[in-house]
Amino acid sequence: MPYTRLVEVGRVAMINYGKDYGKLVVIVDIVDHARALIDAPDMVRKPFFFKRMALTEFKLDIGKTPAKKDLIAALNSSKAFDNFAATAWGKKLASRKAKAASNDFGRFKAMIAKKAKSAKVKAALKK
Amino acid sequence: MARTGVWKKKGSAFEKVLAVEKKSKGKSPRFYAPEDAKKPLAKKANSNKTKLRSSITPGTVLILLAGHFKGKRVIFLKQLESGLLLVTGPYGVNGVPMRRVNQVYVIATETKIDISSVNVSKYDDSYFKGAKKEKKSGDSGVFKEQAAKKELSADYLANQKAMDAALTPIIKKTADLEAYLKAHFSLKDGDRPHLMKF
Repeated sequence: MPYTRLVEVGRVAMINYGKDYGKLVVIVDIVDHARALIDAPDMVRKPFFFKRMALTEFKLDIGKTPAKKDLIAALNSSKAFDNFAATAWGKKLASRKAKAASNDFGRFKAMIAKKAKSAKVKAALKK
Repeated sequence: MARTGVWKKKGSAFEKVLAVEKKSKGKSPRFYAPEDAKKPLAKKANSNKTKLRSSITPGTVLILLAGHFKGKRVIFLKQLESGLLLVTGPYGVNGVPMRRVNQVYVIATETKIDISSVNVSKYDDSYFKGAKKEKKSGDSGVFKEQAAKKELSADYLANQKAMDAALTPIIKKTADLEAYLKAHFSLKDGDRPHLMKF
């Protein structure tokens, strides 16, 4: 089976390193074998290492280095970012973020809910 | 010429300012006191009231980190004059009576309950001082009868009971809060307290 997620202009990628971890960006040009030019609605276009991004299944239909408004229009029409959030990968990221943001009482309630759930599962399996 | 003393500019030239003679104030004393009179030192230190951490407000759930009740989650009632925090479990929920703790030994959580209906004005530091202990006599304790178990005053018990009665219905309003206060806090494997939110 050939690769389906290629490094190409329009490919949506997720930054997986540093303070921007989890941010979705679009590859708008290839700089060299190690870097691509990336862009997103809320950032200044910049070169970025391939090593520090993970390619998603989504690709926008854009040309090389589009104007910001064209990029935003392409994102809005394809809804790529929203579609990513609906994937298993996006859901995992979101739940991880929610877990990190929860406070002591929140963690306690999650523990109670988990206990109740596993008790139900156990009871169902016993039948 | 070396310029010593104080010089002032006058026009284009400098002029030496002569020292102004001090006027003497009467006669100097004929005798000095044989011993120096000790002057009390000026009191420069002023006792500042302990600043309450901004995350701690009345009704905040605190996690105790030291002492007999470490790991317990308690309700903060108010800050006393000494700067210590007045907290209670309440006693009926998790066994922590009204007691004083230093704020450095607590973690303030984001969980708060509304205790504006609870009257805590009668509790101050003197409430916790207790009666003075009797001096021990010379006899060694071996032959003495075992000291009777300390009885808590009826007043103390009634106060705690009243506090429990006021707090428990407020706690029961929030689901799971009572169980939360009953549970001990502890760090588990993989917990990174500096990154955790409380």
